[in-house]
Amino acid sequence: MRPFSYHRPSSPEDAVAQVAPMGPAGQGGAFLAGGTTIVDLMKLHVVAPPSLTDIGALGLDAIEDRGDGTLHVGARVTMAAAAEHPAFRDRAPVLSDALWKAASPQLRNVATLGGNVLQRTRCPYFRDNVSPCNKRDPGSGCAAMDGINRLLAVLGTSDQCIASYAGDWANALILFDATVETLTADGGRDIAFADLHVPPQDHPERETILGDDELITGYRLQIPEWARRSVYVKARDRESYAFALASAAVALDMDGDTVREARLGLGGVATVPWRAREAEGFLAGKTLTEDVATQAAQIAFQGAQGFGHNDFKIPLGQNTVVKALLDAAAVQLTEEAGQ
Amino acid sequence: MASRQDKDGRGRFPGRVTRRGLLKGSAASGVAALGSYGAGAQEVQSETARSGETVDVSLNINGADHSFTLDARTTLLDLLRERMDLTGTKVGCNHGQCGACTILLDGTRINSCLMLAAAADGKAITTIEGLGRPDELHPMQAAFIQHDGFQCGYCTPGQILSAVGCVTEGHAGSRPEIREYMSGNLCRCGAYKGITEAVAEARDATIEWAEAT
Ligand SMILES: Cc1cc2nc3c(=O)[nH]c(=O)nc-3n(C[C@H](O)[C@H](O)[C@H](O)COP(=O)(O)OP(=O)(O)OC[C@H]3O[C@@H](n4cnc5c(N)ncnc54)[C@H](O)[C@@H]3O)c2cc1C
Ligand code: FES
Ligand code: FES
Repeated sequence: MRPFSYHRPSSPEDAVAQVAPMGPAGQGGAFLAGGTTIVDLMKLHVVAPPSLTDIGALGLDAIEDRGDGTLHVGARVTMAAAAEHPAFRDRAPVLSDALWKAASPQLRNVATLGGNVLQRTRCPYFRDNVSPCNKRDPGSGCAAMDGINRLLAVLGTSDQCIASYAGDWANALILFDATVETLTADGGRDIAFADLHVPPQDHPERETILGDDELITGYRLQIPEWARRSVYVKARDRESYAFALASAAVALDMDGDTVREARLGLGGVATVPWRAREAEGFLAGKTLTEDVATQAAQIAFQGAQGFGHNDFKIPLGQNTVVKALLDAAAVQLTEEAGQ
Repeated sequence: MASRQDKDGRGRFPGRVTRRGLLKGSAASGVAALGSYGAGAQEVQSETARSGETVDVSLNINGADHSFTLDARTTLLDLLRERMDLTGTKVGCNHGQCGACTILLDGTRINSCLMLAAAADGKAITTIEGLGRPDELHPMQAAFIQHDGFQCGYCTPGQILSAVGCVTEGHAGSRPEIREYMSGNLCRCGAYKGITEAVAEARDATIEWAEAT
């Protein structure tokens, strides 16, 4: 690690006033939450912030029910605490499943929901700190394009970058029209979660629309009653403690066998947290058979492009979507049965 | 708590609190320890912290209070092994990928390789050295012996601390649940079957031990 100065302010206002202005690609000062992404990348010299502003003493660690189906989730709630919280587990299992199926128990005990959505790609060429990589070193090229790109994206890529977004929870959060609440020295703002991440296009070094000194303080989520019928299916190289090769987050509003509304998020296959809106539109009003689920999966991967080693992600991703849709349809809602 | 920059700014610990001293511990404990440390240690040696990049940290380690002035880059794993000579906590990957460095922080299992010591200020740490004593093993330690929950033993301290966390978090209800919630600890020797049996057997005794201490 390169030397850095360490600060631990005790209020969000002090934190944003103190964080040193950042340069491109996170080479400036940075916030430290659980550290499971940033300390890892600092050890690899992929990022080298001259100062770290530890947000560990800011609070921001509660999940609150604000009525009308609105849930407020602090940015420093840990993945472990959120995975076990009844607001997620009982009301929108996809938000719990995407967490306990991620990382390891030890990591989830410290990793926070703020840091989680901002985790960086696991592209080996980004992490090796040697290869050409437009994300790490803008303009240097992309070694992944013709390299070993088995883990990388097939959706949302550009001719500059095919790095996949590695996280799980964001692909579930994106289903719930979540709002990201942020703070800077100039005040706060709300960002639609679906607008937070930006696809690589010509600037893969820019991953979100957050300003350099902008702190995520929490999320507001709208959880419909029917989100109890939701699942997260994750395909990976080993059964646990591995990133997704392909994953699907599904929430279904059903009227018998007929889909009133479907929401579908994809992970492991895209450059950013991904919502498959066209496939959602196709499913609305349809009777959910395996055939219909397969057509929806094909729509979700329309325009997908493989780069050789990762070609398998297109059929794998489609099969993951089919399984998630059928699993969600098969969820037994106990209270509903008694109604 | 405000910024922890060195107060007098004149280098009470002038730029040298860094890895030279920290590495002494591993040199003394032999080639194996240095070898396992990998590239990280060398990288850090080549760059020296400037004044303002040190931090004061207080920790309770295995029941005793300690205060340190540290290079801000020091991880809990570095601190335990290199400064405290508590080499029971192992360095595997040094990147959160294996679980060898697992310790309990305020009773919760974490990877000590990815946590800065500064970020743990004021907290209590339990390592394998503080879990039980040779003449009074923690029930999880005894169960690992009884069920052959190891072969070479390198992953074992991390496995045992993780197993205690798995039980106290309430995730040792069945063997499938134990396997899922012990997945953060890799064992290159493949002793998983014995590990799972040990956790299942020591579950109740671990809860009793936690209540008694
Ligand atoms: C071995 C391993 C396996 C993993 N497996 C998975 C997996 O299967 N699925 C998965 O989803 N994830 C996985 N992860 C990633 C893990 O979930 C993330 O590292 C973690 O969630 C990041 O959270 P953190 O609090 O530790 O963030 P930090 O590392 O502290 O921060 C991450 C980034 O976000 C910034 N930041 C943090 N909080 C805020 C805030 N409130 N406002 C503004 N900026 C902020 C930091 O400056 C930094 O740039 C894995 C990680 C490891 C090491
Ligand atoms: S050494 Fe910490 S997880 Fe491998
Ligand atoms: S006992 Fe050898 S690595 Fe687990």
